[in-house]
Amino acid sequence: MSSVPMEYYLILSAFMFCVGVAGVLIRRNAIIVFMCIELMLNSANLTLVTFSSYLGNSIGQIFVFFVMTVAAAEAAAGLAIIIAIFRNKKTVNIDEINIFKW
Amino acid sequence: MINLIYLTVLLPLVGFLINGVFGRKIKNEKIVGAIGAGAVGISFLIVVGAFFQTVGLPVEQRSNTVELFTWLSVAGLQVKFAYLVDQLSLTMALIVTGVGFLIHVYSIGYMHGDKGFWRFFAYLNLFIFAMMNLILGDNFVVLFLGWEGVGLCSYLLIGFWYDRKFEKGTTSQAAKKAFVVNRIGDFGFLLVMFLIYLTFDSLNFKEVFAKAASFPIAESTFGMIAIFLFIGATGKSAQIPLFVWLPDAMAGPTPVSALIHAATMVTAGVYMVSRASIIFAGAPAVMMIVAVVGLLTAILAASIGLVQNDIKKVLAYSTVSQLGYMFLAAGMGAFSASIFHVMTHAFFKALLFLGAGSVIHGMHEEQNIQKYGGLKKYMPRTYLTFFIATMAIAGVPGLSGFFSKDEILWNAYANGGFVFWLVGMITAMMTAFYMFRLLSLTFYGKERFDHHHIHPHESPAVMTVPLMVLALLSIIGGYIGLPKVFVGEHGNLFESWLEPIYEPAMRKLAHFGSHSHFEEILLMAVSVALALSAIYFALNVYKNKPEFAEKVSVKFSGLYKLLLNKYFIDEVYEAAIVQPIQKGSEKLLWKVADVTLIDGAVNGLAKLIDRISGSLRKIQSGIAQSYALIMMGGIALVILWLILSL
Amino acid sequence: MNIQLILFIVLAAVAAVTSVMMVTRKNAVISAVFLVLNFFSLAGLYLLLNAQFIAVVQVIVYAGAIMVLFLFVLMLLNTETEHKLFIDKKGIKFFAVLVSVFVFIELAYLIFRGSPSRTLTPNEIASVNSGTIQSIGQQLYTNYIIPFEVAGFLLLATTIGAMVLAKKKFE
Repeated sequence: MSSVPMEYYLILSAFMFCVGVAGVLIRRNAIIVFMCIELMLNSANLTLVTFSSYLGNSIGQIFVFFVMTVAAAEAAAGLAIIIAIFRNKKTVNIDEINIFKW
Repeated sequence: MINLIYLTVLLPLVGFLINGVFGRKIKNEKIVGAIGAGAVGISFLIVVGAFFQTVGLPVEQRSNTVELFTWLSVAGLQVKFAYLVDQLSLTMALIVTGVGFLIHVYSIGYMHGDKGFWRFFAYLNLFIFAMMNLILGDNFVVLFLGWEGVGLCSYLLIGFWYDRKFEKGTTSQAAKKAFVVNRIGDFGFLLVMFLIYLTFDSLNFKEVFAKAASFPIAESTFGMIAIFLFIGATGKSAQIPLFVWLPDAMAGPTPVSALIHAATMVTAGVYMVSRASIIFAGAPAVMMIVAVVGLLTAILAASIGLVQNDIKKVLAYSTVSQLGYMFLAAGMGAFSASIFHVMTHAFFKALLFLGAGSVIHGMHEEQNIQKYGGLKKYMPRTYLTFFIATMAIAGVPGLSGFFSKDEILWNAYANGGFVFWLVGMITAMMTAFYMFRLLSLTFYGKERFDHHHIHPHESPAVMTVPLMVLALLSIIGGYIGLPKVFVGEHGNLFESWLEPIYEPAMRKLAHFGSHSHFEEILLMAVSVALALSAIYFALNVYKNKPEFAEKVSVKFSGLYKLLLNKYFIDEVYEAAIVQPIQKGSEKLLWKVADVTLIDGAVNGLAKLIDRISGSLRKIQSGIAQSYALIMMGGIALVILWLILSL
Repeated sequence: MNIQLILFIVLAAVAAVTSVMMVTRKNAVISAVFLVLNFFSLAGLYLLLNAQFIAVVQVIVYAGAIMVLFLFVLMLLNTETEHKLFIDKKGIKFFAVLVSVFVFIELAYLIFRGSPSRTLTPNEIASVNSGTIQSIGQQLYTNYIIPFEVAGFLLLATTIGAMVLAKKKFE
């Protein structure tokens, strides 16, 4: 572990995060957007675990555990919402789901 | 009990909320009535407790403040929501809750079967809540809260039967009139609050009055404050020139007339003048204005009352006239006499109104006294109590009205002069005359109503018992304020009880001339004799020779018409004030100012904003991704800023 | 070049490549498969960081449960593939990528400027101890018992919420 500099992990994490951001911004399939969000969450998890490990402190990993719990909950609820929207609009293309205005 | 004083305000509010929110659901009139009357009844008991606790304290500790919370805190202005429990506020609170409770009980009988029964009790409780704020408030802001609150309740209750006709218009119009006229007075009151804050840097009673008593403040400043205070009082207490709303206020149910437009709300102005006695004491010229306005109101209203035929109208003008008396007393510097008259007047005038309500109830909503007659045998209890109240207001010795009225007249003589006394005395004679005219036309003589349609009957016990209690109070109420000439310097319990409140003002005034006891007793004897002769005359004319009254009215038909039409004051106001304002509003304000200027500016602005937002709304596409992109751009900028600021 | 660095480079390369592939694939199912691969490589990185518990949970919860859920939904909805990824709204999408790249450059600058490895001297033993199931379980059931219960409650609430949302009709 100590032979790999910490910055490598952090750079990887930042890269994955930015890829996730780009995916959220450019993809139109709501499910893929959702998966990109999962990717962003994971990149954040990687940062947390990296610091936890290099500090020799398990609190960061416990936080990751909670993040995973929330991610699981989010996935369940979010996918249920997507299904509900699909049932009403017959599409998961978020360009067509412009209900953020009135 | 003093610490619990906030409950006396809170309970009616709770009653109002319960009846106001759930009243429609509670079908049972008894429960609604019990909640309404119970809230006020418990308040009354608490006030009684606080009263006895205060009596038990040494004189210098009798003024207590109960702080609840800080209401407004803006820069230098600190307004606490606090109640001042002292001799004056306790006296008023006893009157309001005591008489209020009796009227609530009476209303259970009077309003029986009305479709708005719950609404009525909700309003009554709201009124008590506002009125208690008015009299217990320890600063001008809380007072103003109550002041506006009672005005609102008055409006609501005058227009209570909003679907009924009243005279030439509807009850809603009468309610609106009361509200608008009151607003003129309220404007004066609002101005005075600004003035007081400017002058004394506080709105708290104790601070303001302490500064008023000790600071060297110009008389003109006092005069300004006092005159605006008095304008506020003329609105609420129906004095010239703002008294026109009170007779119209009779459109409301009779218990409302008794509670609001006779016993409590209309005396708010007297209370305020009395509370601010030190300010008035600093402005002798305004005191004189107060006295003269009071006196003129008294005689004007009494003369109108002579010929009115609506039972409630007579009582309404009588109320205006008696309020004039109270202001006369206040203007003469006899503040405790004015409060004393507030109290006795609350007893007998509430009784008169409730008695009138009982008569109206028994006569199937007929209010014209020319269509009554001989009701004595049908309504013995109502008659007896009404008779006592009539004697009390007419100034028959031994009843409460005599003592308070006599004290006012004596003060008018001692501090104002013979003319004041004379006009006051004539008013008293008129009062005695029209009250006994009312009594005779209603209860004595031939039965002038249609026997086929109207079957007079006595009211139920729930209505007559409050009448009896009030009758008792009308008899004994005066004995706590016996004239000094009989009982010595400290024998007048009422005056020595209130003395600490007025002490600073009295020190400032200190113009009491000394008059011999002989003079006082002589004047008293004269006033009694004149009152009794007026009573005799009235009874003689209206009981035995009704045709004589007819003849007089024909002979002096000009004067009669003038009085019957209330000096055409309403018409004059209509022509001189209401119409010009309406025309002016229509032509200038509406067509020019509103349509062209304001609408133009508003519409122009709206168009401008419409255009700007038309181009801006493209950003709000409703597409989540573009929002996310904007947010991400913001994040990028924040990080950039972070890097640059490292 | 020791074994750890080699492993890191391999796993990191897989993670980076699969994440890019996931974002750029037209077919959503293929995207999902790449995301699963990404999660596996992350689990390997966690192991490399001595975080055994998290690595296992990553495989079970993310690669197992969550991704299966995603695949289920994808199959259920059977969405059409995005053919013209960069054709529509080209300007905005280009700008979006630009912003992402800009953010990545900013983050990289911050990471190297801060270079935490200069100040942190990693303790191998403490690191190994902190990642064991024992130490995490101890923490979870003592200091973090209330958040733990709250997380459990959250899962229950989401279960119910998901069922209500996915029901055929709203009454």
